[in-house]
Amino acid sequence: MDKFELKGQRLVALCMLGVLLFNYPMLAVFNVAATIFGVPVLYAYIFTVWSLLIAGMAYVVETKT
Amino acid sequence: MLQGWVIVATSFAYLGLLFAIAYYADRRADAGRSVIASPYIYSLSLGVYATAWTFYGSVGRAAADGVGFLPIYIGPTLMIALWWGVMRKIIRISKRNRITSLADFIASRYGKSALLGGLVTVIAVVGILPYISLQLKAVSSSFTILLQYPQVVVPATAGAMPVLQDTALGVALILAAFTIAFGTRHLDAAEHHEGMVAAIAFESLVKLLAFLAVGVFITYGIYDGFGDVFARAAAVPKLHAMMTPLEGVAGSYASWMWLTILSMTAIMFLPRQFQVAVIENVDEKHLNKAIWLFPLYMLAINVFVLPIAFGGVLHFPGGNVDADTFVLTLPMAEHQELLALLVFIGGLSAASGMVIVETIALSTMVCNDLLMPILLRLPWLKLNQRRDFTGLLLGIRRGAILMVLLLGYLYFRLAGEAYALVSIGLISFAAVAQFAPAVLGGIFWKSATRRGALWGLLAGFAVWFYTLLLPAIARSGWLPIGLLENGPAGMTLLNPQQLFGLTRLDDITHAMIWSMIANIGAFVIGSLSGAQSAEEHRQASLFVDVFKHGGEGGEARFWRGTASVPDLYNLLARFIGSVSAEAAIDDYAHSKGLQDPANPLQADAAFVHYIETQLAGAIGAASARVMVASVVKEEALTLEEVREILDEASQVVVYSHRLEQKSRELEAATTELRIANERLTELDRLKDDFISTVTHELRTPLTSIRAFSEILLDDPEIELAQRKKFLGIITKETARLSRLINQVLDLAKIESGAAEWQESSIDMKELITDTVAGMSQLVRDKGIELSVDLPERVPAVNADFDRIVQVLLNLLSNATKFCDRDHGEIRIGLTVQEASLRVGVCDNGPGISAEDHAAIFDKFRQGGDTLTAKPQGTGLGLHISRHIVERFGGRIWAESRPGQGACFYFTLPVAAAAVAAGAAT
Repeated sequence: MDKFELKGQRLVALCMLGVLLFNYPMLAVFNVAATIFGVPVLYAYIFTVWSLLIAGMAYVVETKT
Repeated sequence: MLQGWVIVATSFAYLGLLFAIAYYADRRADAGRSVIASPYIYSLSLGVYATAWTFYGSVGRAAADGVGFLPIYIGPTLMIALWWGVMRKIIRISKRNRITSLADFIASRYGKSALLGGLVTVIAVVGILPYISLQLKAVSSSFTILLQYPQVVVPATAGAMPVLQDTALGVALILAAFTIAFGTRHLDAAEHHEGMVAAIAFESLVKLLAFLAVGVFITYGIYDGFGDVFARAAAVPKLHAMMTPLEGVAGSYASWMWLTILSMTAIMFLPRQFQVAVIENVDEKHLNKAIWLFPLYMLAINVFVLPIAFGGVLHFPGGNVDADTFVLTLPMAEHQELLALLVFIGGLSAASGMVIVETIALSTMVCNDLLMPILLRLPWLKLNQRRDFTGLLLGIRRGAILMVLLLGYLYFRLAGEAYALVSIGLISFAAVAQFAPAVLGGIFWKSATRRGALWGLLAGFAVWFYTLLLPAIARSGWLPIGLLENGPAGMTLLNPQQLFGLTRLDDITHAMIWSMIANIGAFVIGSLSGAQSAEEHRQASLFVDVFKHGGEGGEARFWRGTASVPDLYNLLARFIGSVSAEAAIDDYAHSKGLQDPANPLQADAAFVHYIETQLAGAIGAASARVMVASVVKEEALTLEEVREILDEASQVVVYSHRLEQKSRELEAATTELRIANERLTELDRLKDDFISTVTHELRTPLTSIRAFSEILLDDPEIELAQRKKFLGIITKETARLSRLINQVLDLAKIESGAAEWQESSIDMKELITDTVAGMSQLVRDKGIELSVDLPERVPAVNADFDRIVQVLLNLLSNATKFCDRDHGEIRIGLTVQEASLRVGVCDNGPGISAEDHAAIFDKFRQGGDTLTAKPQGTGLGLHISRHIVERFGGRIWAESRPGQGACFYFTLPVAAAAVAAGAAT
């Protein structure tokens, strides 16, 4: 049960992190007129963070603690 | 090739394929080999979240404001991380109570309230209508656009068309027929639609592939990759602004945040999401994979939205093509007929998936939570005497599906044209968000009451209606538009889109803020303003503590009364048919081990509860309660009694927790005892070893003393020289004996802590010089060369002078014993280290093998092979030395390699005062 709850709490922490990264002022930091590999910074930021969050969730769920 | 008949035929072929998949899955389910028992299918079925809104509307939204489409998918990604705890709890509760819909869930939580169930149903139906109209609009307009091929023309508004020529109506009717055939073929007591889930999972694949195909074509076919699209877009002033689309904390950031919150609630409380995530869930474990697979799905379907949106704006610079249609019109403009057809099918699959699941979920609600409770209460219908309800139930559901779709069409005609796809959908999202306080509060807050839920839902729904639905209708010209400009009757404070003067927000953010304040406020105030009834209290406890209460049937404890098995069987049979009823009762008897005819089924509390949950699966908790109450005589429990039962249960839980705790403690104590015992046994063995070794060591000199004494005694004729030699041996052995005994006594004293230590400040240089002087004669007699290497100044150490001399003597005598016979050499060194002094005694004897380096400090252990060579010491000297050195905080060790002599070192910490003095100089 402990491992089970630990996973739950890790996921909650990831959610909190996501809420932080997908809100003002973090979004404002990346809301600038520049591109990275040809993609506007804001879009690159959103899709990167999004992918990393999903990867983090997969890691938490699938690893055996 | 894109004639009308081709499109229609392809569409029907696609729907037929869906039907075949559903049919096959249902057959497999009946055979007990379910195809949907997989976390992948479960995750894909959650993809029903992506509708025509996602398929066509996201691009439209992106073309309008850049990032506005993203919170709709990021919100669910964040929310699903919390599903590990929240959704698992909802699923567990729903399985245990045989919940059939969201309305059923809320009604059941708040004391099986039929009123609440009805209210939730009404809110859900009214709230979802815009969303369904969105699907109809998307399918019909994509069909009309595709028909114009090779021209790219966006059709005139539907309102201008006569009803009978309107493709949207046709689409509504076809989807209704299809859903009826799909979801209401038979009545399942568990409300599982395995076939539907399989088909929905397939649809999720189709729409994803179609969208990815068109995305790849536009991004890499028309343009030259992501960088190219963005670079070209940046050159257009209108699109350039969209590279940094966010501005103003109260503006787009607030809007972004509220859209995220909105979609976080939508992913849980949209009736179709609740249906696939909770009702159709066959195994709680499927949740685990879905937690990351479903967000991955959403990410994948959004990757190409921006390139399509920007590509579309670049391709149709005139602005005469609606951005909502770019997904379809771009391939058409490039004359990709097959791709356009694939896109149309993808859109159809997105829309039909949503419509099928949504209307099935809504029809279950309308039937179980709205119509049945009313019909069963109308005495003149005499429904209570009706023999078979299954036909009636199916009829109601089919009617409800048709009604919902026609109402959706009506909304489409009334208000659908004034808004873009996403804006229509968001109105529905805001409606289902009103369920969040009642559901989440209901599963975590025991004091939430029926009154609170009722007030909260009513208040939230009223504000939603006033701030979102009314303006939508007014904007379509069905109400005076002045309402939106000046407020009702000129009261500007009551302007539906700027309530109480709150301006500068978009309409969704504005509506969400006010409706959530009203909803949560009323929910909390209502819950705290009055006490719960006994039934509410019981349900609250069963819901909130679902993980604490034991397995199924926990509810049976709360029932008292009398009932008969045939009555209950007949009741069940009337609603789910006699075959299913018999099977259900057989299952029950089987699980209780009651198939023995001599031991017939008792209509006890557990059985009544079982029948009630079976019935709840077919007609909802509130109606099931009413029906069961009509055939059994039951005593109502008071609130006090419910509390008592709950207390008892919790006491049992506490008691068993305590027992567990105690047994864990006992186990720990046992382990400790066992370890202590092992240690004692070990010590005992060591003591025995010690005694036997000591006696052995004592016997060796004793034997020789005795032997030579006897010779001397028996033979008086012995020569003097011989006699002298023998007496010499006797004296030597006696000395060895007394040395051994002294050392054993010494060791015993040290080990027991009884030894007296006289600490004083010692000058090591002086100590070494004195000791070596005392030994030098003996050493010189043996022809050994002795060298001493002492530094100029050494700091003092704190130790017992005599004991340290003892250690040094011991090392020296060992060295004399073992050094080279012919050219013996002993070197004594003293080194000043950082905080200690190191004394070394080295010889040039045979050395010690590495494995013996540590062992020689043990009792009675000597270097070399003790079996062949005669031992030359007592075997206690080094052991005692170690005790002494360690007593003063030092360390003793040996360094040697066989054949190269041995060095023994010991260190003693420098006295604190000496360190300070050293640091000062």
